[in-house]
Amino acid sequence: MIDVLYFAWVRERIGLPKERIDTQAATVAELVEELKAREDRYAAAFADLSALRVAVDQDLTDFDAPLAQAREVAFFPPMTGG
Amino acid sequence: MTVRIQSDPFDFGAEANGFALNNNDAGAIVTFTGIVRNLPSGDLAEMQIEHYPGMTERALHQIEDEARQRWSLKDCLIIHRHGSLKPGDMIMMVATASPHRADAFEAAEFLMDYLKSRAPFWKKEITAAGEDWVASKDSDEAALARWSTKS
Repeated sequence: MIDVLYFAWVRERIGLPKERIDTQAATVAELVEELKAREDRYAAAFADLSALRVAVDQDLTDFDAPLAQAREVAFFPPMTGG
Repeated sequence: MTVRIQSDPFDFGAEANGFALNNNDAGAIVTFTGIVRNLPSGDLAEMQIEHYPGMTERALHQIEDEARQRWSLKDCLIIHRHGSLKPGDMIMMVATASPHRADAFEAAEFLMDYLKSRAPFWKKEITAAGEDWVASKDSDEAALARWSTKS
């Protein structure tokens, strides 16, 4: 089981901030493929990965990062702090 | 070395004075404050700032650690707000304390550049016409790149 979090427009497009997912995905990219296959709203949110960033266990990483031992994956647009 | 993420406003003057008093052996204090910018049309009703609790604090502490390795810093302070803000409201501040002003200035710029595109905050602008997530800027990435070319 893994906690999947969504922020900003990704959260709005998918329609929820967080969910717990039972997955065997080995990488972030595999998890994204599983999510896209679920429903149109996921496919829409993940249509352009270049517009998204990902963090695994609260560290920024990329889409080919492994998910072994990961507890939390977050998807969000490029950050706009400051 | 302090990181504070809060929805409440902060008192910039009190924060800057307190930081200076706590670092009376530093000699140079640099502060930066970011405020909510109105749109050119003057139509911004509200800015909402979302963040990723947990990762935000973690990312800011990592950024501070990196600054302390690069420059001679006695102390750093980062305050960043989230939630609903109005034009002119202070969003965030950084303060750096160093024996030398060049270090204090450069470290403050470094903290700002990293904070803008590596700390998990997202801004949304609300006007009478609707709401829009603020897009990241290429210039923000360019600002980051200059720090990696330096040794």
